[in-house]
Amino acid sequence: MKVAIVGVAQTKYESNKIDQTYMELTFEVVKKLHNQLGITNDDVGSVITGSNDFTDGRTIANMAVQDGVGSVRKSESRVSGDGAFAYVYAAMRVLSQEYDTVLVVSHSKCSEGDQCLINNSIFDPFYQRHLGLDQISSAGLMANMYMSKYGITEEQAAKVVVKNRKNAFNNPYAHIQKEITVDDVLKSPMLAYPLKELDLPPYSDGAVAMLLANEETAKKLTDTPVWLRGYANCTDAYYLGNRNMTDLIALELAAKEAYKMAGISDPIKDIDVAEVSENFSAHELMIYEALGFCGKGEGGKFIDSGETQMGGKIPVNPSGGVLSSNVAMANGLIRVAEVAEQLTGKAGKRQIPDAKTGLAYGMNGICSQGNCVLIFGGD
Amino acid sequence: MSDDKRVFEGRIKVPYKHTAGAYVEKFLTEIGQNRKIMGVKCPKCKKVFVPPKMVCFECFEKMEEWVEVGNQGTLKGFTVVTHKTDVMPLKPPFAYGIIRLDGADTDIVHLIKESDPNKLKAGMRVEASFYAKPRKRILDIEYFKPI
Repeated sequence: MKVAIVGVAQTKYESNKIDQTYMELTFEVVKKLHNQLGITNDDVGSVITGSNDFTDGRTIANMAVQDGVGSVRKSESRVSGDGAFAYVYAAMRVLSQEYDTVLVVSHSKCSEGDQCLINNSIFDPFYQRHLGLDQISSAGLMANMYMSKYGITEEQAAKVVVKNRKNAFNNPYAHIQKEITVDDVLKSPMLAYPLKELDLPPYSDGAVAMLLANEETAKKLTDTPVWLRGYANCTDAYYLGNRNMTDLIALELAAKEAYKMAGISDPIKDIDVAEVSENFSAHELMIYEALGFCGKGEGGKFIDSGETQMGGKIPVNPSGGVLSSNVAMANGLIRVAEVAEQLTGKAGKRQIPDAKTGLAYGMNGICSQGNCVLIFGGD
Repeated sequence: MSDDKRVFEGRIKVPYKHTAGAYVEKFLTEIGQNRKIMGVKCPKCKKVFVPPKMVCFECFEKMEEWVEVGNQGTLKGFTVVTHKTDVMPLKPPFAYGIIRLDGADTDIVHLIKESDPNKLKAGMRVEASFYAKPRKRILDIEYFKPI
């Protein structure tokens, strides 16, 4: 039993899409997708949306977009969280054989809410919330502990930002398209030691949609289906003091399972392109290690090697990653969309030649608490 | 921003009566009234969890043995924040720390009263400084300070 991505559509990511409501953003990508595929809303069996109530400022947040995604009086459900998990929900609906096609849409507008206040509400009211923690301070804690333990330098972390920002230039959808140097990163204002402003992502608005189909329907809709080959999910402990702050243990466990399902024994050899949700510079180095691209503590050496650059053995984030477009809840689904563009040869200037197998990583919560690893393959 | 007609301002202000649970209740009472930091021990793996919680997530066992841990501990990691938000309990710059208290097998996250990252180092000793009067909050430990 197989499930394919048959088409994807993205908005341009921007700091403040003030002229578009969530509904209008999702309508833009869903209508575009229907037109691309030559289908109507009647051809869509079910709809899964991915967003978050706190981020959107209303509970049952999927209702804000029901007109835009065409889900009124239709089978629909939602994931309150990262879009990679919405992909999984949608894929499962196709694999259940209940639906031939499932539309999955993710959106966020960081511009509409105070992100630090929203982040703070992630923390439990008893032991953590009153400390004023948010994504920035948590990232600072994790970065400092990881970098101190393994001797990773601020320069090595900065190289991730330089790489991803450079890659974003090739991505017409990317929010920040401004090349920077390691020096620019090092000189930017310190926010949560050792993370400086440029070590952290921007805040972006946007939406992404894709249509999933079973094998028979996929063949009718596209010549370039993107098949799900492997999947796993693993969630780490919630309380920060119970987390391993120097190694992404839960991501490591998820990657192992996803690789097993996809028959991947050597990730660098078997995977042609990876799109990962890096929430701060050093985070991407930790992700390399958890995905088995390099050994524990060798993330710094690995970015130095250049192998995650566009021309390297395992290009990571040709789209520019979260460090170039941070669309909160949509980040994981954007990673999936980007892998799909790569495997269908539609990635334009950011295309990795002959990409046949891709990895997409989406995360939920604080610093890789919830992890979703997806492996895709073209025909 | 309120002058821009394209923006509709809103705010959700919802009060909650969160059930604290026996573990939070005892922990907060002890730090507030007695300046004692309590943990619980797993009957299976014997790990002492601070702050206390009902279930040891590694063994999936209920923890019922209360253990007092030290008011001093070792700093495992830290960050110094300079960004400012409305929910910060101290005026930045200040530090957050991950601390292993003496006698505990898990770490506590809390504030550290130090604003210079060069003066903080993993491995250094820190001590809890308690707030003047009990308020039934985690901030009844006001912060930790280097010793």
